[in-house]
Amino acid sequence: MPLFKKNRYSTLRGAARRGIPAGLWLKCKGCDGVIYRSRLEENLQLCPECGYHYPLTAQQRIELLTDKGSFTEMDGDLDSVDVLDFAGTGIYSEKLKASKKKTGMTEAVICGTAVLDEQRLALGVMDFRFLGASMGSVVGEKITRLTEFASENRLPLVIVTASGGARMYEGMLSLMQMAKTSGALAVHAELGLPYIVVMTHPTTAGVTASFASLGDVIVAEPGALIGFAGPRVIKQTTQSELPPGFQTAEFLMEHGFIDRVVPRPELRRELSLLLAYFSGALHCENAAAAV
Amino acid sequence: MPTILDFERPIRELEDKVSQLQSFSREHGVDVSHGVKVLEERIAEAKQKIFANLTPWQRVQLARHPDRPYPRDYVERLCTDFLELHGDRRFAEDRAIFGGFARMDGRAVMVIGTQKGRDLKENVRCNFGSAHPEGYRKALRLMRLAEKARVPIVSLIDTPGAYPGIGAEKRHIAEAIAVNLREMFRMHVPILVAVTGEGGSGGALGIGVGNRVLILENAYYSVITPEGCAAILWRDAAKAPQAAAALKLTSRDLADLEVVDEIVPEPLGGAHLDWDQAAELLGEALKRHLAELTRIPVDRLAPTRYARFRRMGILREG
Ligand SMILES: [Zn+2]
Repeated sequence: MPLFKKNRYSTLRGAARRGIPAGLWLKCKGCDGVIYRSRLEENLQLCPECGYHYPLTAQQRIELLTDKGSFTEMDGDLDSVDVLDFAGTGIYSEKLKASKKKTGMTEAVICGTAVLDEQRLALGVMDFRFLGASMGSVVGEKITRLTEFASENRLPLVIVTASGGARMYEGMLSLMQMAKTSGALAVHAELGLPYIVVMTHPTTAGVTASFASLGDVIVAEPGALIGFAGPRVIKQTTQSELPPGFQTAEFLMEHGFIDRVVPRPELRRELSLLLAYFSGALHCENAAAAV
Repeated sequence: MPTILDFERPIRELEDKVSQLQSFSREHGVDVSHGVKVLEERIAEAKQKIFANLTPWQRVQLARHPDRPYPRDYVERLCTDFLELHGDRRFAEDRAIFGGFARMDGRAVMVIGTQKGRDLKENVRCNFGSAHPEGYRKALRLMRLAEKARVPIVSLIDTPGAYPGIGAEKRHIAEAIAVNLREMFRMHVPILVAVTGEGGSGGALGIGVGNRVLILENAYYSVITPEGCAAILWRDAAKAPQAAAALKLTSRDLADLEVVDEIVPEPLGGAHLDWDQAAELLGEALKRHLAELTRIPVDRLAPTRYARFRRMGILREG
């Protein structure tokens, strides 16, 4: 796990004043300090000073959570289409093209099988850079197929979520993905198989109101925004100020809705441990020790 | 004062003329039957013309018409022995969703419906038809009672959406909806859904996972309100008419996309013009589908319900 073993570096305050070219550094959203982008990359995209969690790409997330080279992608050839011929401000197919170019992905979720510390799992990872990781027919279908694959092969299911919600450009077909994914999860749950959700910033709307909230265990990254309605909509509807920390991962844990807030450097170890608890691997160790 | 939508006005004006003629006739003892007949023909013509060519945005207006019958009005007309059951047993009684045992056409059912108000006082009670988590949790509780009693579930939907509020988030409305979606797939009784007015996104779907999903002719069902969509895409809620067209949210569009199974006709001019006839038309469809669904073997109900939603989505593969 090379990503972990890196040392933490201190920020270079005043980099701007010292004339370090823009693009190499940024001002931290968490602590206002100046951080080198290269330092972020070496530190799991965490601010070395304050620990602010910057987003990981789906690819980086897969590297973080799986054994090297163990991930095999499934259904990478599903493509979204502009079924509604959506008459909006831009052209849906153009937006898809731009997102593909920007991310090198075909859609907002990557699904497949992988191994984590010798434990096989079905893994789906969403990437917010792709049209806000909104859920259209392809995202719903990939999550559903992944879940069905996990059911057929008796595998634990892990989904790393991030989403702005439904994909408006696909109208009601996108809303129906909420039902479809939840239906697949009903079968997975009935087989007694574990389903673990890792919520990352931001996980909202239709994805929160379907598969993201159905995990047997739900963990979230620190500071992640998690909710149904967006904060702006709530403010506008209710004409009131939102409580401090509203809809953050910590707020959700305080209210009893998620199991743990897990800083990124701990995520791999905790996920591995959880899978081991569910698989029964840890009972065996005990039994062996007793004998 | 009944609300009159812009596009209804030509019809209302003709109708006003008819009643003027009739009162003139009463006062002066003059025979106006010929004039009335001519006007009535023109009314019928105008209705045909106007209602055959409604824009999606006009349909949304009809679906939201304040005089439109709401689910409870249909229950009153279609059911007997309605026994309303209250509360989610956890936090509160949410008046935005009601439900209980009832008999429809002699058959015992569990009916669940959303509730809008007719005036401000009623709307405060039922939150303009937007449910909190408690509403969805109550609905699930009642659906489980339906399983226990082995009676079909009939879900009637007319909601602008789940409520986007602080309390709703604090009690995790997303989880309430998500759990309903999953659990509705597991029910071993028939679930029949009809969208009678507004089908407001996840708030509608949260009680909308059915073996069959019907929609009234002038109802709409959408992933986002036209106003919400317009605010995001055009940064201007006034572009809602364009958004309504783009979203393909009318009953006809949804039948074409196979998101709904059947369009239930309304009285010409809209359900608000004749509640009894609207109820009769809906009742005919509900009874027919219930009769079909109750013939499906119990162990096939959940798998076929999943199969129905499993095929949703259009994409390209390979
Ligand atoms: Zn920082």
